[in-house]
Amino acid sequence: MSDADLKTVDGIACGDAAVLESLYHDYFPMVLHMVIQNNGTEEEAKDIFQEAVIVLYDKIKQGNFELSSKLKTYIYSVCRRLWLKQLGSQERAFQDVSSYEEVIPVEDDLAKHRETEVQLSLMEQALDKLGEPCRTIIHDFYIMNLSMQEICEKFGYTSADNAKNQKYKCLQRLKRLFFSTR
Amino acid sequence: MMNEQDFIVQADRFLNGEMDSSERIAFERYCEGNPAAAEQLATHRLFLQQLKHHADRAAFKSTLAVVADRYHRPDTTVAEGRWEPMLVALWNRFKVNSLVAASVAIVAVFSTLWLSGYYKTIEKTTTNYSALRRDMNTVKQNVNAQNAVIRNINNEKQKEGQSEGHFGATGFIISPNGYVVTNYHVVKDADSVHLQNTKGESLRADVIYIDPTNDLAMLHISDSAFSPLKTTPYTFKEADSDLGEDVYTIGFPRDEVVYGQGYLSSRTGYAGDTTAYQLSIPVNPGNSGGPVIDSRGQVIGIISGKQTGIDGASFAIKAEALLKSISAIPMDSLASKLTINRKNSLNGLKRTDQIKKIQEYVYLVKVY
Repeated sequence: MSDADLKTVDGIACGDAAVLESLYHDYFPMVLHMVIQNNGTEEEAKDIFQEAVIVLYDKIKQGNFELSSKLKTYIYSVCRRLWLKQLGSQERAFQDVSSYEEVIPVEDDLAKHRETEVQLSLMEQALDKLGEPCRTIIHDFYIMNLSMQEICEKFGYTSADNAKNQKYKCLQRLKRLFFSTR
Repeated sequence: MMNEQDFIVQADRFLNGEMDSSERIAFERYCEGNPAAAEQLATHRLFLQQLKHHADRAAFKSTLAVVADRYHRPDTTVAEGRWEPMLVALWNRFKVNSLVAASVAIVAVFSTLWLSGYYKTIEKTTTNYSALRRDMNTVKQNVNAQNAVIRNINNEKQKEGQSEGHFGATGFIISPNGYVVTNYHVVKDADSVHLQNTKGESLRADVIYIDPTNDLAMLHISDSAFSPLKTTPYTFKEADSDLGEDVYTIGFPRDEVVYGQGYLSSRTGYAGDTTAYQLSIPVNPGNSGGPVIDSRGQVIGIISGKQTGIDGASFAIKAEALLKSISAIPMDSLASKLTINRKNSLNGLKRTDQIKKIQEYVYLVKVY
């Protein structure tokens, strides 16, 4: 992988908005062209591209990210695969301009992406069922890394112990919800 | 043995790396010695990983959405900011509309002009030449109106006038056995042609030859009531006459024969036509086909028209053209021989006497 691609990958891993913007700038027109050429609209191209970036993000997040091709080729291949699938489900025609870009197999990555999607949608459901204020408490403690004292003040609990109890109950409930829906 | 709540607190601290080394060793020992606790720790760790992953991904997605939004929006804001391309864009947008509008306008303008008779007027005004045949329909209508009034008074039934297209003009004898010349524009589209002499006798005639280029037509009186005349008193002058030559004409601008006097004002006719003269002589519709005679009693031309809008510009076809036209008639097809008089019997006579002699040979041509 070239240095520029590596930089982009790092940027994506930490959700750098500037890197994402340049990603759009560099690769979106190509995807737009592919989708428009094959019975698609601009809106659909936007969706496809966004999903492809998330696929890339999932792959990077799995660690030891390695690409045998250019990032451009990877993105094009993912988008093509995704668009093909969408067309297939809608029984629309696809006449690929294969000479336009080289294509590499990306089925494995897409399968993993789908798996992640399912896993995370389970978590999302569990969090939805958990409701407020539990959801925010869990988020603040485990994601934002706030101390129990700060949470206590934020939610107006009488003591940090009270807050701790509340957090414990919320966590237990979330675990139950998560594992029961599995 | 810790209770579950305390254990989770410890596990959180352990996983966050908040423990110091002694605490960490103690916690690890505890887990090693307690398989249930070890499993709980593993589950907790996995669960927190999932939770974190979910949160990261959600954050990433929202960042991505913002970026995508920002990327897709600028197109419009940039386009609005520029002025010249906006004009171009407007033109591109309304190009088709304006072209359609333009063609509709063109069609509308020209069809309106055409419908309102604009082009006919142009044609009329550009050709200031007006042929002098007399339209008798207006007269007839007036007569009909009068008749209607009379009818109402007398309470009698009368028949309506029957003729439709109806023109009057003049013609004169070129050969005493019944050959008459007049203008082509008089007999054009004619159903039948009748000649009326100064005595009021009406005779039927046939068109035997037409010469549209010179605007000439030869008629032959085919009526049995016609008795051949004596030789014509006038002759035909082949050579061009001089400017200022004193000329006169006899014609039928009304139902009565009318004398008109003038002079030759130009050797060419309308728009430089060398086969015609320009005369300054009062002529009116109905004078067409009348002879133009000089003071010595020679026919120098035939009245054919005048220029509208210009006083005293009448035109006459030269006698030379008439003679050429006559010689072009295939003689074999004629019923009787066409003879042109060469002996002038008018020379030296007073004008009134000349007219007396001539008017017998001039006819009112009625065309139906």
